[in-house]
This record gives sequence, structure tokens and C-alpha cells, in this order.
Amino acid sequence: MAAQKDRWVPSLLFLLFCASSIPRSGSVGLQQEPSPQHYFSGLEAGKASLAFFTPSVSPGAQPFLEQIESSAEALQDYGISVVKVNCPKEDVSRYCGKENALRKAFLFRGNRLIREFPTDALFDVNSIVANVLFALLFNEVKYVETLADLENMENVLKGKSNMVFAYVPATGTAEHRAVMEAAFAYGTIHQFVLTTEAALLKATSHDDPDVSSAWLLFCHCQRATDPGQPCRRTALGQPLTLLNIHRHLKLMGAPLVTEVAEDPEKVSTVHLQLGLPLVFILSQKETHEADRRTAEFVAWQLLGKAGVALLSRDLVDLNVLHRSNVALKTPDEGMPIQYLVLEDTDEVITLVEDKNKVKQIQEDEQQQEEEEEDEDEKENNNQDIQDDQVVEAVSRDKKRELPLEQVLVLTEENFHSSLSEAARTVVLFYASWEAVSLAVLRSYAEVAARLQGTSGVLLSRLNCWDWPGLCSQQNVTQFPTLKIYKEGQQSVTYDGMWGTEELSSFILLSRVSCPLKLATMDEAEGYLRGEFPSELSSHHHTSFLGVFSTATGKAREAFEEAGNILSGHVRMGIYFEDDTLALSRKYSVSPPALLLARSGGQSVEGIALSEHSVQDVVQMVRYELLDVFPEITVPNLPRYLRLGKPFLILFSAGDISQMESKEMLKLAKGRAQRAFVACWLNLKKTPVGHGILRKYFSTTPSLPILLWVNLHSGGQVFRFPPEQSITEMSVLAWLEKLQAGLESPSSTLSEEDWKPPLPAYDFLQMMEPSVPELSPHTSPHAGDTPVPHPPKSPGGDTAGGDTATREEPSQESTAEGVGSPGRDLRGTAPRLAARDKQGKRHSEL
Amino acid sequence: LGLALYAGSLCAVSGATFLYHDYCVIGAGPAGLQAAYFLQQAGRDYVVFERSHAPGSFFALYPRHRKLISINKQYTGKSNSEFNLRHDWNSLLSHDQRLLFRHYSHDFFPNADTMVRYLEDFASLLKLRVQYNTAIIHVTLEKNEQAWNGHYFLLTDQDRKNYKCSSLLVAAGMWVPNVVNFPGSEYVEGYETVSINPEDFAGQTVLILGRGNSAFETAENILGVTNFIHMVSRSRVRLSWATHYVGDLRAINNGLLDTYQLKSLDGLLEGDLEDLAIVKDKKGKLHITLRFYLENRNISAGIDSITLPQDELDNFATRAPYDRVIRCLGWKFDFSIYNRSLRMMPGKGNIKKYPQIKPSYESRGTQGLFILGTASHSVDFRKSAGGFIHGFRYTTRAVHRLLENRHHGVPWPSRVYPITQLTNSIIKRVNEASGLYQMFSVLADIVLLRENATAFEYLEEYPIGVLAELEMQTGRKAHSGLFVIIMEYGRNFSGADKDVFYYNRAVGEAQHAWQSNFLHPVIYYYKHLPTEHEMKLRPPDWLLPRPDAIHHIVEDFLTDWTAPNAHILPLRRFLENCLSTDLRNFFAESCFLFAFTHQKLPPFCQQGYLRMQGLVGSQELRQHAVQAGLLQDYTHTDFSGDRPPDSHDGSQEQVMRDHAIPVRPLQHLVNAKDE
Repeated sequence: MAAQKDRWVPSLLFLLFCASSIPRSGSVGLQQEPSPQHYFSGLEAGKASLAFFTPSVSPGAQPFLEQIESSAEALQDYGISVVKVNCPKEDVSRYCGKENALRKAFLFRGNRLIREFPTDALFDVNSIVANVLFALLFNEVKYVETLADLENMENVLKGKSNMVFAYVPATGTAEHRAVMEAAFAYGTIHQFVLTTEAALLKATSHDDPDVSSAWLLFCHCQRATDPGQPCRRTALGQPLTLLNIHRHLKLMGAPLVTEVAEDPEKVSTVHLQLGLPLVFILSQKETHEADRRTAEFVAWQLLGKAGVALLSRDLVDLNVLHRSNVALKTPDEGMPIQYLVLEDTDEVITLVEDKNKVKQIQEDEQQQEEEEEDEDEKENNNQDIQDDQVVEAVSRDKKRELPLEQVLVLTEENFHSSLSEAARTVVLFYASWEAVSLAVLRSYAEVAARLQGTSGVLLSRLNCWDWPGLCSQQNVTQFPTLKIYKEGQQSVTYDGMWGTEELSSFILLSRVSCPLKLATMDEAEGYLRGEFPSELSSHHHTSFLGVFSTATGKAREAFEEAGNILSGHVRMGIYFEDDTLALSRKYSVSPPALLLARSGGQSVEGIALSEHSVQDVVQMVRYELLDVFPEITVPNLPRYLRLGKPFLILFSAGDISQMESKEMLKLAKGRAQRAFVACWLNLKKTPVGHGILRKYFSTTPSLPILLWVNLHSGGQVFRFPPEQSITEMSVLAWLEKLQAGLESPSSTLSEEDWKPPLPAYDFLQMMEPSVPELSPHTSPHAGDTPVPHPPKSPGGDTAGGDTATREEPSQESTAEGVGSPGRDLRGTAPRLAARDKQGKRHSEL
Repeated sequence: LGLALYAGSLCAVSGATFLYHDYCVIGAGPAGLQAAYFLQQAGRDYVVFERSHAPGSFFALYPRHRKLISINKQYTGKSNSEFNLRHDWNSLLSHDQRLLFRHYSHDFFPNADTMVRYLEDFASLLKLRVQYNTAIIHVTLEKNEQAWNGHYFLLTDQDRKNYKCSSLLVAAGMWVPNVVNFPGSEYVEGYETVSINPEDFAGQTVLILGRGNSAFETAENILGVTNFIHMVSRSRVRLSWATHYVGDLRAINNGLLDTYQLKSLDGLLEGDLEDLAIVKDKKGKLHITLRFYLENRNISAGIDSITLPQDELDNFATRAPYDRVIRCLGWKFDFSIYNRSLRMMPGKGNIKKYPQIKPSYESRGTQGLFILGTASHSVDFRKSAGGFIHGFRYTTRAVHRLLENRHHGVPWPSRVYPITQLTNSIIKRVNEASGLYQMFSVLADIVLLRENATAFEYLEEYPIGVLAELEMQTGRKAHSGLFVIIMEYGRNFSGADKDVFYYNRAVGEAQHAWQSNFLHPVIYYYKHLPTEHEMKLRPPDWLLPRPDAIHHIVEDFLTDWTAPNAHILPLRRFLENCLSTDLRNFFAESCFLFAFTHQKLPPFCQQGYLRMQGLVGSQELRQHAVQAGLLQDYTHTDFSGDRPPDSHDGSQEQVMRDHAIPVRPLQHLVNAKDE
């Protein structure tokens, strides 16, 4: 090791020299030669010089001259002098005499002319250096045009020396210069091959290379023994600069795997010197061969990114866990070596390639188990982590026994008999595997507790996973479904919110027919007061009473049908006794009419009913149920959203003040009331409102806050100026400014579509390697960077038991087999550690 | 259709009198009765012809030893009737709960007489129209442009009575014994007639030709009393537990394998029966020789002049003389009654015993002629269960549905659901559907997507061989892509020579589901209905052409695919990515938040919450969701609203910062696209 280290030092120095000398200015520069005679007589044999001849006065060549002058320094580094020869006026010799010779530069070695360059090939320093070196290194740098040329070259070199193959989009570029400069230094060690053919680039690099950027491959032909196989290649992953090329060549020249028998803390390799990490594969005597293969496999993968060393544990006394199989040394000073337990070679590679991970894994040994799991998750992209809040909540709750004693379990046997047991039977149809219906089942249990003792209602449930025939017979095709059966009548299907509150209310209201036929004036009056029927007296609801004279049959039918539809959601009564007129006169309506008593309200409103269809009645009732200035809550929002209007919403930390309430009510009732929904939100009661405000303002603003939200068009959110007080006038004035477009929105609702939150497993892609006929295009990539083929299972003896089964044809296509050869790193860790991840396959149980 | 109305009456054509029916079914075996049931339910004009006086005449005779090898599982631990049909191989499909086979027998492998009784009940309880004692001896065509298929089927029975039908359903089974002719085959007894009394075989040496269940069943019966039994067949023995094919040798019949491998004199040999010859010696013993030796000799010249193999090869395996040779070579379809014009052709290769049919079970030669039951097995021979009651009861239903659509304008039954029910619909079916399970790789459920993927239509148990013709065959439209849900075994798992018990044969992790070996659901996604051409060019061994995406639900030890994380979640992700939408469920509170912060809502909120059917969720559940980081709890962030808005700026900022932080965990839920 030490010897190797020494070898690197001189070339490193050279590199530093090259790198630093380029920008240096001053000492060397353009030599001035008074005359051609003088110049030619001064040429030394073997020394190269670039000369250009210029008449004493020539304004045209001026820009070119500047470039030549500045390249002089650079060329000086390669022992090439740049000479400007002044042609005397009368000179008519070869170089001075002809007009066109004056537009050229001439490269001499000794006094032999090697190449003449037109000045337009020497447009800048890069092109001058590149072209001059290209000409001088004619033997060292081969130019190829076809793949066949390249392959011939490769074949000739096999077993002899390595090849550096570079593609540059054009000659005379900075990359070209970098390659030539590298060739100047390494041309005797490696064979340099250059091309500008894009076709060659495509043939040697995988996927779709960018033809406008340069590309360099190191071809390991020296090690290549098989004439049929192409040399392994390692691409330079960085831009083509002299420094990068140099670094790359240094790394390629380093031994693939360094065998180490000393304390890893003391080990240093060229990788560490060049700022790259060093990976140690910890080996044991028994598995040494396999470990070396693993190390070589890893080394090929990491070539140019990190060094790999094989550390024999038997020779070095390491104070680390026995299970550790990999160590990582980073070039940073004072960073301790990390010892890890990794499962396969991919993990090693990720470890190096993902620098952040390196920092994460600085925990102690005990935490590494967890780290591994993290890594797994990372691999899966979290696809197997549940991100459905309902499913996750239900599965976290699955061990709790639900208090369902009050709920009768129905089966095919008892279903029909149970329906006749009580006046009304509520049936929840659910599926025991389905999360949403299990969530509803939990609310249903709460309903059962709440309604315990309520007469005339039997709560029951039917698991459609057990009794699919019965469910489809009852026309239940989705879960959950809740139906209320009443003997001799059609069942009513619940279509409201799946909350305890709403379900209970529905069940309670459903106990009374809808509409309820009232027989006497007293009943009718009591009904409007909310006192009759007694079952509903505890229920505060708006009461609707349809008043009909017996003659008006059609309107009554529509009203009754509407009652069926709204059953369970509203209190609806109907009165068509002989003294209808007395009732209608009392409330000054003429039948058919609708009397409406709001809960808590004193007055009874009357609305004429004429020519109303069922749908009209339903809509009217629904509309009348809406408040003028409602408090928006989670359950009631959809009712107001249906109106399709923008919201003028006041967010309040608690109840709103009398003052605000009064002003807002005025607004709501005002002329503009049809254009928007005026409402408020109590953050105490609806804490999710905080989430809304944070989304709008990223922090919770001071409260109360009045917002105009265009929920249905455009999604802009405007904030009423907080310094102004909320009065009808100020708000209306603000609204006018809004309409006129004078205000700018504080926020806009996201327009995003709801895309899949995470990708799915791409089984089609996974299947392709093992089922080639599935692949749409069967041709494999021809010129891929060759993937080395290390032994399938470097674990050798540990895999013994598995090997037999691996020979099973079907096993050829298992993930490990296909994923990447040589993944299995089990051999480097003692056997038990490796078996940790087994056992997920149930056949072993 | 008008024709059908006044038909059914007598009509006279060219002198002969024809009794007309829309549908004629030949054979009142399980398939014929099953077809009759569906025709009856649909109110169609049909008749079933049965040559015997009672249904199931094949079962009255076969299997000779009377033990059915179709399982009759009494208990599964589940009450789901559809699921239980997965393990009931004998019942026919009907709405009548009484007609479940487990009410007829408690035996796991019931007696064949029970099957006969069951079929009698099936026909009589359901009042199926079966005309007994009517053997159809000739079938021909009569061209008529007004007929459904351009021709009528004319049937003639043994009494020269004529019948005329628009559609002919052949459920005649496979009852013609396979016979091999070789020199000396006259000494061979047939399975049909051989004695079933073991005493008749006492101390005898028996050679059995054939290697199917009937051969082993025969051997099983006499195993205990013979000197030894040899069994010859061309192919090696195929064990059904190794091939997953119920027609291969079932474990219940394999006693002879035991005695062979446990060196108890019995044995199995492979050889081509065509090369065989049998000669009888003076003592009446039967000697095996090769046809080759007999070629130039007169067999009547006597045994002594005939070369026996052991004369040249003195350790020839079957050199021992046999007392009996029994032929158990199975049955073939009776092609003889069909007129040439029907072009009823035998299949090619190993399915030559079956008539040629399309994957729609329609004859390749004649439109309107469908083959039902065991004779239709060429579609899935050696693969699935189409040749057995527990398979063809479903394919018969499929044929009936095709006919309903073709002749009566009744489209394939389907149900339309909102897209939020997609995952559930698939999970429900793969867990309970018996047709998908029994007719794996043959029948598939189809999900047809509606425009914008907001709803879908679900079709059950469609024959995938005719997937390309789906629109024409079902009357349903597939313009926005489709899913095909099917059950498959692992591609390389089973086979006659494979070890199906190797270690780690089962896959446990969802991400490796495509390597599942045991029967598991597979879902294919196509953006467009595959064309006929694409169906033809599908990869070999593939049921369907290359899909746009594919999903495997990982095999399950309990065949219970309801695990939220291992089964449902990956399926949901697959569906989401095919549809490019978010199919998660949300509590009402989340939908509320989205309604105020997004212009669009996820489907679950749109189809639930916005329609006043939000999932409020109990306090505990919401708490769990909060703990899982999937729901934000804002109640604790309730900073005092009493604080005057213009309090010290510093503390206000602090408060806001405190409140800003907890938003993070929910971020991925709210900004679904940000990841």
C-alpha cells in the first residue's frame, strides 16, 4: 500500500502543476522574432513551435493574434513555443510571400513542418491548444469514425493496455483540449481514442445520450481476456475537464480491490486522497473467497465513486459487532469509521451514492436495525405504508370490542322473522372486511347506546360478506347501506351523513310517518308548536304542515310523495280535515298551503302550494331548512355548497358578537342575499377551520376574520380589511370593490387534480426480464456499459440449502434472481443474521 | 323474433312434421339440466331431449365403482353461499337452496347414485322441460334466411319424429369409449363391462391399459386380490396435485402408485399402445408382444410361431403372461349423429376426442350450435375445470348470457357503481366469486370504465377467449378502458414433473406478488379493448395480450384477500395509477377542509360528503387517524379567541409559529401532488 501511495505522488504533483499553470501569467509569453531567417535558424531539433508570419502592418489578423498570444502560456507548458515572425515588406519567401500563408499558423517540430492551421481553426485558446496537441500527438491519440474502428482498436489492445475513449461534439472545444492535455500526460500509458461521430456516442452509451455534450469512457482492456467480450467500461460521470479526467484515470489505475490486513483507521488509498470514500468488506477466513468476489462486484459498481478494500477480520482485531460486514471510511478528517450490517450489495452502493444516508447511518450499532427498515421503506417508496386515514384508523381500532350488544345480528335464517318483531327495524348492511362500513359500524354502536330504550325500533346489522345472497336480494350493492323496514311498507334507505348524531336523528324521526296525518285542530296546533307527537317533542326541528282541502288531490299527492322522499330528515305533517279552512284562516293562507314553524321561532309562516310537483316540494322544503346566516359545520356544509354560490364567511374563535351577528344578518337578508351565502364558522366547534385559515394565510391570522371565498368559480379568497370594522355598509362597499376587481385575492384555492398519492408496483416491468415474450421490443440494449457478472451468490456455503431450490426452474425468476446478480451479501455476515428477513413466507410455518 | 312467437306449434316443411322450439338441448345430464334451468328462468321456449328414461344416464353407469371424485365439502367455516360453491363440486347452479349437493350426501366423495338422484330432483323440482326416452339420432340443417343463424336445426329421434330449433345446445357428454385396435385387442375387456367384483380377480395377473382415473379406480378395486397389476400407457402419470388439473390422477385413486413404489409387485410402464399386440396361449394366458413381430406372420398359426420380445430380450418387462387385460382409455364425443353440413370436426392433437369449438363454446362449423358440459372441455383441456360439473355450470351460464344478448337483446347482466366502489367491488368478487375461482384462467370479471372514470360497469364471468368481441357479445360498451379480473396459478409452478412442495414456494410480500405460485387474482388493465388481432398475437402461454398495466394480488394461504395492507392497499394503488386519480377514503372533516381549500375534491368526498353522505367517523377512529398522522387534530391548537387581536406582536408571532408547525404531517395528504 505504502509503495503504491508513493507512486501517486509525482503524478499528483504534475496535475497540480498543470492545473495551476494555466491561469498563471507573466513569465512566458509570445516570442517576437524579427525575421523569418532568424526564426528558422533558431529552431531546435525535437522542439515544437507554432509560428505565424505577419507583415509588419496587418490590421486584419488582430483578434487572432490576441488569441495566439494568450495561448502561448498554455502551450509553453507542453514545451511548445509560440513565435510571431515579422515578415519584412520585401520578403517573398514561402511563408511570408503568399497572401494566404499569412492567414495561417505553422506548427514545426525542429524545422520540419508538421501541420499548417488556417487561422479560423484557431479561434480561441482552447482550439489552439487542442489542435496543436492533436497534431503533435498524432500517434498517441487515434481518431476513429466507425464502431468497427473502435472495436478493432479494442481487440488489439486486449490484454495489453487500457483505452481511453472520448467523444467530443467538435474539435477545438474546451473538452477536446482537456482530452488532448490528458493524452499528453497519459498517452504513453493508455491508448487514447477520439471521435466526433455522434453515432459512436450512441453505440457506446446507454439510453439516449446528449450528442452536444462530451463523454469519456475508460475501457479496461488490459484485464480483458475474452476476445469475444467487449472490455468493461467505466464512464466519467463528471464534465470533461482536465482535472476530472486526471482524477478518473488515477482511479481507474488504482487496484480494484485492496486487500488490507491492518487497522482500517490507518489505511489510506488513492480514493481517500482524492476525496472519495473507502468501503471495507469485512471478511472471514471461511468465506474469504466469496467475500472477495463480493468485494470485486461491489468495486466494479463503485468504480470511480469509491474505493473497495477487503479487510480480513481474522488478521485484524476489530472491536465491533461480529455481525458487521461492511465498514465505511469517509475522506473527511476525524470522521470515525462506520461499521454496518448490510444485507445486499445494493445497500452498499446506495450507501456510497447517497451521501445523506452516510450521515444518517452514524448512529450506533443498535439503531441499525431500524435504519435498515428505513432503507426498505425508501426502496418501496412508501407504497406499502397505509395512507388511507379511514382504513388505517379502522385497523388501529380493530382489537377493540365494539359495544354491539344492543344490535341484533341478522342471518339468512332470522332476517325475515326479525323484520316483524318491532314496528320498525333498522338494518345496517356492511362487509366485515370493508373499512368504511366498519367505521360506520362504530358510529352505529354509539347510536345503539344512545337509542337504548327507545320503543318501536329494533337496531340490527347484516354482514354481507356472510350473506351475499340476502344482501343482493335486498338490493344492497354497496357498503355500508342502512335501511329502515316497516311492516307492510317499502323500506327507506338512509342517504345522510354517517354520523352518530345524524343517524340517531334519522331513526327517531323515522318512527313517525312522513308526512304525519293530523286528525284534529289541536293536533295540528300542537304539531306546529313542536309538542305533538310526543315521540318527537324532544326533537327541535322546523315543522312543515301541509294544509289541504279534500278537493285538492293532486297537490296533496305531491306533498305526500315528497314526504316519503324526505322521510327521516324533516318533520312533515298533513291536515285535510273538514275544518281545514279554519286552520288556514288562522294563519291567513288558502289551501293548498304549507305552514312552517321554525324551531325556537314564534311565528308560523305560510306558503301557498299550487301546481307544485314532487320535486318542487322537496326542493322547497330543503331550501326552507337552510338558515339565513348559518353557522357552517362539517355536517351542514354540503347543504350550502349545493347552492353553488360564493361564501361570505366569518371565522370566529368562539361565538360571534351580537354586533357582528346583527350586521351580518342584515347583509344576509339584504338585496344581495341571492348572490352569496353569508355564514360564519366557530373555530371552537369546528376546529378544522384552523386548517382552512392556515392554508389561506399559512399562519392563523387574527380573529375574527371575514372572507369572501369563490368556492365554485376561480377559487379566489379575499380578506376583508382587518382594520375596518364589520358593518353592513363597509362590507357592501368592500364587496363592490371586489366585483369591480379592485381587490387582490389573499389566496387561491388549489386547482390540482387528485392524482394517485403514490405509484403502484410495476409488475409489468418486473415481469419483463423473466417473461421476455411480454416485452414489446425484444432487442436488449446493445452497447450498455457492461455489467459484470459476479457469482450469483457470493455467500457460497451459506446458501447451500437454498441452492437446491434455486435450481427449480420457477425460482430462476425470483426477485433476487432477476433484480441484480450478486445482490446477496449474506455470506459476509454470520448465518443467523442473514436469516432475519426470512419467515415472511408462510410455507415455513 | 316474431317467428318464435307463432312457432312452437307444429309446422310442416317438405312433407315432414316438425315440432318447433327456439332452443333444443341434447342430453339431460348436468350440463343439459343446467342449461335448461337458465332457459327456464329467462322464460325461453326450449326442450331437453334425453335418450334415457331419467336424467344423468351416464352417472347411472359410471364411474363403474360408483365413487365420485368431485368433492362435496360440508363445512368451510363460512356461511357465504357463493364462497361455499368454491368447495362444492357437485351442485348445479340454481336459486333453490334445497338443491345443494350437501343436502344429498354427507360423503366427501359421494356415491354416483346420489348424483343420479340429485339430477332427478333438479329436473323435477325446477320443473324443467325434459323429453325422456328420446334419442336424437340425426341432426341436420335447413337453410332459412329468417332463422336466427340463417338456418334451422332439424333433429330426428329414434322414432323418426322430427324437431326443429333455432339454436342447438349439445350437452350430450362424452360417452363413446376410446378403443385402440391392435392385433389381439379382441382379448381386451372394456371398462364399461368389466366385472367390478374383486373376487373375480382373485389370484390373477392383470394388465390395465390407460392411466387415467378410470384405470386407477379399476386397479384400486382389485389391488388386494390380484397377483399383481401392470399398467401401460403412452404418457407418464400426471398427478392432479402436481398439475392443479382435476382430470389428472387424483390422490384418492392412487393406491397403485403406493404399491408400485413400495415394491409390492404392481407396476407402471410407458409405451405406445399402437405398437402392442396380444397373443393368447393354449392355457388362455395373454402374452404381450409387439405388432412389429407379427407383421409377417399369421396370428392364427399359434403362439409358438410368434416371436415374443423376451425371446430376444430376456428381461423384457411385461414378459409375464396375464390373465386379463382391461382397457380404461376414457371416452370421446359422439360425432356420428351430425350431418356433414354441420361440420362437426374433432379437435387436433390431444383434444381430438372433443368437437372443435370457439372460446365462446360455439361450434367452429355451425353458427348457433353450442357445445356445453364436458364435451366443451377443449377450451381449457388440462388447464381449468370446464370439463367438470364445478366448471361447466359456470360456462353454461356464460353461454346462456351470450345467447340472451344475441337473440333476445338482453345485454350481459351488469351493475354500475361510482368509482369509489371500484376497489371494493373487486375485493368482494375475488374473495367470494366461485365462477372466477373454479373456472380460473377461463372466465373473468370485466370492469368497463365510464367516461372520466367517475363510474364503472361490472360484468361477471365473461369468457376471456372472446374478450375482443366483448361489445358485440355482451351489448355493453368499452370506450374508456377496462379491467379484466381473473384468477391464475403461477406460470411456472405446476406441471407433471415439478416439485410443488419446494421450500419458499409461497410469496408473502405484496411487492413480489407477481411471483405468486398458488391461485391468486390478477388484474389486467387495458386502455382499449384488445382487438382480435392482438388476441391472436398474445405471448405464448398468455391468456391475454400485453396489458397497459397488470396487478397481482399476492397469493394467500387462506385464499382470503381482505388484508388492508397486503391486499387492498396495493390494489388501490394499482387502480389509482391506472385511472390517475386518488381513491382514498376520507373522513367528513377532511372533505370539509378540502372543500374550502381545493377547487376539486377527491372522488370519495365528491360522491359521499358532497352528497350529504360524508363519513363522520367516531371519536376513537378520528383519534386513531390523528395518531397515524393521517388526520390533523386542530382542537388543541385552539388558541384563545378572547385574546385581543392587537396584542403584542411578538407573542402573536410566537403563537402563529407554534400553530404553523403541526400542519406538516398532514401536508402529504393535502398536497397530494407535492411529493
